[in-house]
Amino acid sequence: MSESVMEIGDSSFDAEVLKSEKPVLVDFWAPWCGPCRAIAPVIGELMATYGDRIKFTKCNVDDNPVTPGKFGIKAIPTLIFFKEGSVVEQVTGMVAKSKLEETIKSIL
Amino acid sequence: MQSVDYDLLIIGAGPAGLTAALYAARARLRTALIEKVTPGGQMVTTDRIENYPGFPAGVSGPELSRHMASQVEDLGVPLIGDAAASLELAGAVKAVHLTDRRLSARAVIVASGASPKRLGVPGEAELFGKGISSCATCDGPFYNDKVVAAVGGGDTAVQESAFLARFARKVYLIHRRDRFRADRILQERLSACKNVEILWDTVVTGVRGLQKLEAVYLRQVKTGDTRELPVEGFFVWVGIVPNADFVADQLPRDAWGFILTDGQMATSVPGVFAAGDVRHTPLRQITTAVGDGALAAHSAEHYLNSVPI
Repeated sequence: MSESVMEIGDSSFDAEVLKSEKPVLVDFWAPWCGPCRAIAPVIGELMATYGDRIKFTKCNVDDNPVTPGKFGIKAIPTLIFFKEGSVVEQVTGMVAKSKLEETIKSIL
Repeated sequence: MQSVDYDLLIIGAGPAGLTAALYAARARLRTALIEKVTPGGQMVTTDRIENYPGFPAGVSGPELSRHMASQVEDLGVPLIGDAAASLELAGAVKAVHLTDRRLSARAVIVASGASPKRLGVPGEAELFGKGISSCATCDGPFYNDKVVAAVGGGDTAVQESAFLARFARKVYLIHRRDRFRADRILQERLSACKNVEILWDTVVTGVRGLQKLEAVYLRQVKTGDTRELPVEGFFVWVGIVPNADFVADQLPRDAWGFILTDGQMATSVPGVFAAGDVRHTPLRQITTAVGDGALAAHSAEHYLNSVPI
């Protein structure tokens, strides 16, 4: 499986995240953020394992001003887990893969 | 003889661990690197590195991380993406416990680095990520044309405050003493930033905000005056703490938790070495981490050759 993480934005957020049947992970990132680029492969690995049960998405905070503002994003990378339209977990900064995996397991 | 997974396990893939892996792989030691997040360590959150020789125009932290990691990867060293949870170091075969498995090796290098220290003032933990940060390259651009504060007096505080000044309308750098410890060249560059104001002899006693940061509380240590400084962002650069919880009491450490070694990077436990920021050392730079890593791998090789298999 070589699917890549789905790009979402202000216009697709409602449909792809809030109305999703599966839980959704949104990775808020920006091209200028080195740590965001560094953590991307870790998210790719998690998607390879959990991609069938969780929808993996990313939101570029430069191109999409509305959504990050709505969730008070002031630091990136920030990962927010949504379930049935609500925020269930939020993780900011460079976090160990094992910790993210724990969070994923806790919401499944 | 019991079977052993590796000759050498290296915990942490920052500049110390990556260099140790480079030397170990070239010595043909069966080596693996354990990294809990991503290769590079603190380099990844550093905007620009100008004191690592060979890059006269400077190099970005993430870029240098990628170069170092790919060099090690090309030599075939496996990178295990997991966190060390605990160690068993006594005896000829050591073990590193990960989240859900155990790896064994005849020698171990602890190169797990350090993390930015928190100030430890009321409100800080709740507002971390909601206006409080320790990474300007991650979060600086969120404060375009805003007023922010930073605290600290070392290289990181002075360099990153100058970086923040590119985005913010105003940067207050708060320092508890009347002079900085930072490199002079960094201080000179900060002085040239017109939108930076330094608050000397001042400490931060707390932060205020509900969903997001609104202000920091200050106390001038000489006069005792207190005041509230309204800011939207607050960056904490007050030093580092070692990433060594998993070491527990298995290795002797200094009062701050940094691992004690001799000049060959050996701890007091045979076959166990430490390198880089996690070590008790007077200077924590990429250059010194790289040197530590090379020496630790060399010492580990020497140790492995000296003990019977």
